[in-house]
Amino acid sequence: MAKYILKRFALGIVTIWAVITITFILMHSVPGNPFATESRKIPPNIMENLMKKYGLDKPKSEQYIMYLKNIAKFDFGESMKSDSETVNQIIARGFPVSARLGLQSILIALIFGPALGAIAALYQNKIPDYVAMIISIIGVSVPSFVLGSFLIQFVATKVEWIPIGGWGEFRHTLLPSFALAVMPLARFSRLMRSSMLEILGQDYIKTAKSKGISKFAVIMKHAVRNAILPIISILGTTVSDLVVGSFVIEKIFGIPGLGQFFTTSVFNRDYTLIMGVTVFYALVLISAMLLVDIAYMLIDPRIRLTKEGH
Amino acid sequence: MGKLLEVKDLAVSFQTYFGEVEAVRGVSFHVDKGETVALVGESGCGKSVTANSIMQLLPMPPAFYKNGQILFEGEDIVKKSDKEMQKIRGNKISMIFQDPMTSLNPTMKIGKQIIEGILKHQKLSRHEAKKKAIEMLELVSVPQPEKRINQYPHEFSGGMRQRVMIALAMVSNPELLIADEPTTALDVTVQAQILDLMKQIQDKLGTAIILITHDLGVVADISDRVIVMYAGKIMEEGTTDEIFKNPKHPYTRKLLGSVPRLDMDRNESLHSIEGTPPDLYRPPKGCPFFDRCDKAMVICKDHMPNKEYHSDSHYSYCWLNHPMAKAADEGSEI
Repeated sequence: MAKYILKRFALGIVTIWAVITITFILMHSVPGNPFATESRKIPPNIMENLMKKYGLDKPKSEQYIMYLKNIAKFDFGESMKSDSETVNQIIARGFPVSARLGLQSILIALIFGPALGAIAALYQNKIPDYVAMIISIIGVSVPSFVLGSFLIQFVATKVEWIPIGGWGEFRHTLLPSFALAVMPLARFSRLMRSSMLEILGQDYIKTAKSKGISKFAVIMKHAVRNAILPIISILGTTVSDLVVGSFVIEKIFGIPGLGQFFTTSVFNRDYTLIMGVTVFYALVLISAMLLVDIAYMLIDPRIRLTKEGH
Repeated sequence: MGKLLEVKDLAVSFQTYFGEVEAVRGVSFHVDKGETVALVGESGCGKSVTANSIMQLLPMPPAFYKNGQILFEGEDIVKKSDKEMQKIRGNKISMIFQDPMTSLNPTMKIGKQIIEGILKHQKLSRHEAKKKAIEMLELVSVPQPEKRINQYPHEFSGGMRQRVMIALAMVSNPELLIADEPTTALDVTVQAQILDLMKQIQDKLGTAIILITHDLGVVADISDRVIVMYAGKIMEEGTTDEIFKNPKHPYTRKLLGSVPRLDMDRNESLHSIEGTPPDLYRPPKGCPFFDRCDKAMVICKDHMPNKEYHSDSHYSYCWLNHPMAKAADEGSEI
């Protein structure tokens, strides 16, 4: 087990390096630079000084090596747009907000998604199934910004206790968490329904029934535990998607999270910030995947054996 | 010995999109305490449906009991609710299945799967239940049961898993064990071990067994009586001796003829029964074996034969055995 985790850790470092390199190449192949996007013209000598300050006058290969060295020290550098803040500070400020929002949504999705899917499977082709699947189709197809605006219009303006936007207290998190949760919730419920249907047809479910244990015990102990495995395998990507923030939801509800920086940094050619948030996202994704794989091993003994064996 | 189970005129159908499939069409038989009855027939003849309906394990819908009674210790199983069945399943009637590779929950330890049934039916503490589970594994000759109890199904071979299935089925010392093709998925050598084990346990605990199989070799080994089914109906029933030595129905003869034998000529190919069983969406009015039978007569097509007794324990449904068709029985090849 320890050996496996160590191996995954080493692989993770290689992956991060690949992400850095590819992002670096892509970023620099886009025309323009952080300062050229300003509407007013910058005098050439000031431009030269700016370039020098951020090391942009050096050859690309040298910049690349320098960047790698800094990252090894967990230093993402200074944001080229806001002089007052380093990329580390921006992440430290935005990530906790996004992470809280993301974790709350994941929790909602994980509680209700599989439950909805399981109910749909148990009542296959009956009314609960249709209701659950209509909910999940709506969930998958309605974009979060439509849902977010809808919630503001029809909930926040009607219920005084729930604010329209902003950040600070628990009540601020309610609507954005829900808006963010609907998509993964719908996805989980569809996945759960199909895997549950498959599991319910398995021989061991019949064995469990033939032991005389109650229907509820058969479903909870034998069916759900096996049916939930596919959801766990997509949990890693879903968690990292939500935890690092959603640009759209944060924009709509005025939440000071990390999501907005993904978009604004690209528009601004804010090289250090682009690199910073991308690498950070990769880090979160890789750790989430590792955690999920460990969780998977704990739940499914067959995987435990094969992975330890190699 | 008293009748433990009595199936009377049982009919089970499946309601499908294309219409009703009559899987079992009026089957009557009984099982005495402690005896072994084999249900024999080719795939789709209704033997598994019959067995599953005794446990109420068919998915309903689409399946439904159309007619008949299943009397177990005098009570009709057809009429029982799911709650009442839970007290019978795994307690008085147990079942083992065809494929031991898929019949155990892959993410649950063997011990837990056995203990689950013990706790349901017996007033034992968790600790006592665990001890009982180890005893059961010992009974079915799983080596090192204390260690094996904490392992998962994938750590067992097919034969060992079937042993675990038997242990699981026998925890509450049931009156009746239904074995649905218990050896079909196993190696030949392991098959013999499992059959021996079932016989041993039967001797020890006095359990009656319904053995469902299409393998007549298995039948000869272990069963007291044999019931031959075809297209949802019983064709012939008798003691094992009567069926093997004096088969009265052409279908039974053909089945026996298709078993490979050691004294067969090297160059002789295996016999098979030509054709396929009838479509049970629209079951034939007469004898269902009519179009595959080489002794078929005009009457067979539209009229189901009557029950003809050959001894107290031996009967068949075939016009050839009708008093008016005596002559035709001569010249049989077996």
